[in-house]
Amino acid sequence: MAIGNLERFAADYERAHRKAPKPEKASPTGKKVAVVGSGPSGLTVAGDLILKGHDVTIFEAFHRPGGVLVYGIPEFRLPKEIVFSEVEGLEALGVKVQTNVVIGRSITVDELFEEGYDAVFLGVGAGLPMFLNIPGENLAGVFSANEYLTRTNLMKAYKFPEYDTPIIKGKNVVTVGGGNVAMDSARTALRLGAENSYIVYRRSETELPARAAEVHHAREEGVQFKLLTNPKRFFGDENGRVTGMEAIKMELGEPDESGRRRPVPIEGSEFTIDCDLVIIAIGSGANPLLTKSTEGLKLNSRGYIVTDTKTGKTTRRGVWAGGDIVTGSATVILAMGAGRAAADSMHDYLTLGW
Amino acid sequence: MFKIVKRQEMAEGTVILNEIEAPLIAKKAKPGQFVILKANETGERIPLTIADTDTEKGTITIIFMIVGKSTALFSTLKEGEGYMDVIGPLGKPTHIEKLGKVVCVGGGTGVAVLHPITRALKEIGNHVFCVIGARNRDLLILEEKMKAASHELLVCTDDGSYGHHGFVTDVLKDLLTKNDDIKLVVAIGPVPMMKACSGLTKEFGVKTLVSLNPIMVDGTGMCGGCRVTVGGKTKFACVDGPEFDGHEVDFDELSLRLRAYVEDEKKSHECFLEKIKG
Repeated sequence: MAIGNLERFAADYERAHRKAPKPEKASPTGKKVAVVGSGPSGLTVAGDLILKGHDVTIFEAFHRPGGVLVYGIPEFRLPKEIVFSEVEGLEALGVKVQTNVVIGRSITVDELFEEGYDAVFLGVGAGLPMFLNIPGENLAGVFSANEYLTRTNLMKAYKFPEYDTPIIKGKNVVTVGGGNVAMDSARTALRLGAENSYIVYRRSETELPARAAEVHHAREEGVQFKLLTNPKRFFGDENGRVTGMEAIKMELGEPDESGRRRPVPIEGSEFTIDCDLVIIAIGSGANPLLTKSTEGLKLNSRGYIVTDTKTGKTTRRGVWAGGDIVTGSATVILAMGAGRAAADSMHDYLTLGW
Repeated sequence: MFKIVKRQEMAEGTVILNEIEAPLIAKKAKPGQFVILKANETGERIPLTIADTDTEKGTITIIFMIVGKSTALFSTLKEGEGYMDVIGPLGKPTHIEKLGKVVCVGGGTGVAVLHPITRALKEIGNHVFCVIGARNRDLLILEEKMKAASHELLVCTDDGSYGHHGFVTDVLKDLLTKNDDIKLVVAIGPVPMMKACSGLTKEFGVKTLVSLNPIMVDGTGMCGGCRVTVGGKTKFACVDGPEFDGHEVDFDELSLRLRAYVEDEKKSHECFLEKIKG
């Protein structure tokens, strides 16, 4: 059963025909909720709590709501129309959306409470792009997947010069990494005119972290997989633009702490790949911008917010968190699940107490 | 919309001042911080350091030189019109402390960024020398304001049409030679100027702050487009900066990264000029 496709059909049908009754809203509770970040977890929290009668405001740092759904996931996987329609639906129910507000800079969490918010949900995403830390990584033409995808998806660089944001269109594109974001990047590069779009991943096919369907789609579209391959350095020309990559072949050794077989370099197997665009898609770390400016939040050793796994409660009273800023890079579904659990717990708090 | 309440042309119309209604940002902004502006739906996100704030009026001031499509577009916005998006304040504020003698060096529109920092350094009790420069007299900006914000203002022009004939580095060298008790130099302007100032102050062993302006997209640490090498380590100018120790910055890499889209920018600018002409 293609459950995902059936769900997609049902949602598309409803958006086109508007047959479902408008959800019923509980009478106002007089409680104010701030939702920080308008990605999948934040939108879920807002939707659940507005129906329970609370006064909900979403704060988004970008100029458009939607978070990763808008800046990260390409149009060909998730039409932006769907996201905007979802946000409009929330607004019609009474959710206020304030874009261009960076919580931690424009307003702090403390100030939200001073302004009369009774509870705060933090769903700011992971957001700090990881790099390989190898020579040549700061050459022009080497992007984080975050930047590459944000330029194309949010800023619509694929419509340049109609839209003002440019993007480097590579002929030979290397995407480093094997997750869903890497597949999105490699496919985007092909759609922007690449002749060769390579996925470079240090383990083998079995260990690819991307969903099998995404790998299948990428292959179908012509993405070439260079597995068991690890970048060593990037080369550039006199203008500081990337022209190639030196990589080394790997083989799988003993299992590491993650249970996957550890990739080990094969000595003397170095080779070069010509490339004029490199996308580093090896995951994200925790963006410290908000957590550093907020007192009373316990973070783990990697900077993610520590929460109660059932409720999403943080160590600070009145503050919940969910999504990638808790789990590290994960999926939209997991983030929505965390949002739903947090919304239930927030409702209990707002009506019964901490 | 973020309304422009005042628009002023400077330096023979090559530099534009916009005072913009943005109460939330005005309340929070500190010297050294920046905003990201986007003019309209199809616009690019452009980072500009805040030149001034007025908390009572709830406004911020930005001053920019018209160099490409986006700044040309910004320059067409009239009083009463506005920017679709303004985000901030972003970046770390300048660390302001009482040190003794300090020199603030500004080149081109860097003077606009330098002004609030200079004022704050004076207010906290430093003796502030200020050196500002431009290619010629007509391109010099904020002379009166910089005079008021410092104890001694020294002006230079590349062509000698006003003040000292030469570069800001000549005057800076003279100051460093005559005053061996200068504790800090803040140099803000075009990359070659900041590089030259930092090279000079390194010889004299005087700590130097520079404010970097790399290409950015989000400005909140998410894209990594603004990465710069400082002391051999990669830093993000948007969250780790925009100010860094000038002796540690890889200015050559920064120059190359700033040129990443030079062809696209030219094309975009030409399209725009074509459009407004015809």
